[in-house]
Amino acid sequence: MKKISLSLALSVALSSQLTPAVAENTVSVKTMADALHLVMDSDRAVYTKKIVNRLVKKEKVIKASEHFEDDKALVLPAQMFRFGSELVSSRAEALPDVNFSYSLQSIWPINKQNAPKTKAEKEGLKYIADNPGKNYYAEEKLGKQNYYTAVYADVAVAPVCVSCHNKHPDTPKKDFKIGEVMGGVVIRIPIDG
Amino acid sequence: MIFNTKNSTSWFIWTGLMTALIIYLYVVISEGEDKSIFMPGPLTSGHHQIGLNCNACHKESYSDRESMQVSCIECHGDQRKKPFDFHPKAKFTDPRNADRLDNINALQCITCHTEHQPSITKESGVTQPMDFCIHCHEDIASERPSHEGMEFNSCANAGCHNYHDNRSLYTDYLIKHLDEKANLDKQVLPEKEFLNVIDEVMTYPHSLYPVKKLGVKDIDAPAYILTQTQKPDNTIHEDWLSTAHANSGVSCNGCHMPELDGKNTETWLEKPDHKACASCHNMEVKHFLNGKHGMRKKLNMSGMTPASARLAMKKESLSKELNCNTCHKAHRYDLKKAAVDVCLDCHDDKHSTSYVSSPHYKLWQLEINGQAEQGTGVSCASCHLPRVNYDVSDWLRRVLVQHNQNANLKPNEKMIRSVCANCHGLEFTLDSLADKNLIQNNFNKAPEVHIQTMDMAKKELLRRNKNRSDL
Repeated sequence: MKKISLSLALSVALSSQLTPAVAENTVSVKTMADALHLVMDSDRAVYTKKIVNRLVKKEKVIKASEHFEDDKALVLPAQMFRFGSELVSSRAEALPDVNFSYSLQSIWPINKQNAPKTKAEKEGLKYIADNPGKNYYAEEKLGKQNYYTAVYADVAVAPVCVSCHNKHPDTPKKDFKIGEVMGGVVIRIPIDG
Repeated sequence: MIFNTKNSTSWFIWTGLMTALIIYLYVVISEGEDKSIFMPGPLTSGHHQIGLNCNACHKESYSDRESMQVSCIECHGDQRKKPFDFHPKAKFTDPRNADRLDNINALQCITCHTEHQPSITKESGVTQPMDFCIHCHEDIASERPSHEGMEFNSCANAGCHNYHDNRSLYTDYLIKHLDEKANLDKQVLPEKEFLNVIDEVMTYPHSLYPVKKLGVKDIDAPAYILTQTQKPDNTIHEDWLSTAHANSGVSCNGCHMPELDGKNTETWLEKPDHKACASCHNMEVKHFLNGKHGMRKKLNMSGMTPASARLAMKKESLSKELNCNTCHKAHRYDLKKAAVDVCLDCHDDKHSTSYVSSPHYKLWQLEINGQAEQGTGVSCASCHLPRVNYDVSDWLRRVLVQHNQNANLKPNEKMIRSVCANCHGLEFTLDSLADKNLIQNNFNKAPEVHIQTMDMAKKELLRRNKNRSDL
């Protein structure tokens, strides 16, 4: 199993809980990916439930829209996720020891740029859709760099996820149901060859 | 080897000339402002003014693409991010797009905007073949059946797509603006916001200039200056009293002895420059320095003059050197004059000279003569230095005058939201901006060009409605 510096994982997810002595240890790259996903998935759930669904569906005070600037609305949960990913990408440039990327993809993407591209993405998204509750892990080489790639199911947690995706003019699938896998979170961590 | 006196003399002359040449080139490289002798080819109209200052773009070395990218971002970075970048860098640094980067390095500006290459340079300084979208959107027809059969070199055609800022051209926006009238019922430009949000402008020197109305008793110039300005034929005090400066707590010292870099200026500045203006209007000055009017000042070069412009300029204006006061004219700071008269003092191209016979100018006259509401006239500045709702920081957005006249110039679809949409329907706007003759004649009549964008949007709406009814 590939090992990476624990400080890398901790800087993202867990640092405040650990002493310097512990930080000398290492964790597996799989554990790092799992920890990152736990943070991402929790934040995503909080935004979807406590902000978007509460304000849009319960309080009925504001809309959420793909065109949030034009519509003076909340950003959609998927956009929130992507903007976070883009910010991580730009901030990580200044932190050579912290290098990972992540994206939300789907076999049924509204934006076709979010369809799986690489072999690991294609296999992974199919695997998590066919095997509920399981994650997919693989190694792949993109460009000149090797990566540990992990794929986690992204499940429809709220009615609004399903209704919005099913009626979007660009959706290739119109019969999503609550609790179904709609796509997956792909986390990619560079590893030595 | 034959070595005679004649050869010896030639050798001596040749060595002398070469030594002189080497010294000359060394001095030019290390000390001189004019380095045009080294330029491999003419620059685009975007950079020609600063072409003699090679280090403006070439920092570490002449071949280092990374340091050149830093230079690009220093001047163009904000324009890329604000209001929105449709192709942010993060899209391409994602490892899943490594194969695309092999085809086209979208991480560096110079991949598409190479300088010194006039033979391959197209509109907006693009040097890539115009079918560059194919690298990532080869299968667009399967995603958008309406695009079936379209050539990739037509993606950036007038009224179609804009790589950096597609906010006026995406499908839902087009559909939202279908069937609009050429002239909207409400035609008015946004009002500027400064005084009403000044408490939230963190860069404003609130403690030095608390907002209040000043009078003659508040004039704070040194005595030796007052002996000049108090002469009967001197209108400086009267001019100042008529301005927003006097109405918001800024007296003589605010401009003539400003706080620069956190320190008070010790001596009276006879002719304050943009740095003095920036002590309160920093965002406006920042934009001015990024535009064609101020870019030389940004690099601490002498100010731009109409003589060095590539557009036609009036002969009598050629030697004017541009700074804030060239257009704003101390001490009255007449914004009406700054919006038209001062532009036409210099600009002499067909579009500019045709303005005074345009419907826009008639509206402008009605406004400045008090016969129409504020914001209903259309000046040169209305379009080229527009009032835009701008993120002045991560936390504050305010309507300000965009003083970088290049920010919404090319491709001209960038003008749709910031300018045209305040008064005109989208189809009329797209057709007008695609009509080159109409632009030359300063929009003196309805457009004679029609482009397909809105027709395609209409078809897409029908397709969506049909899909919904099929559910």
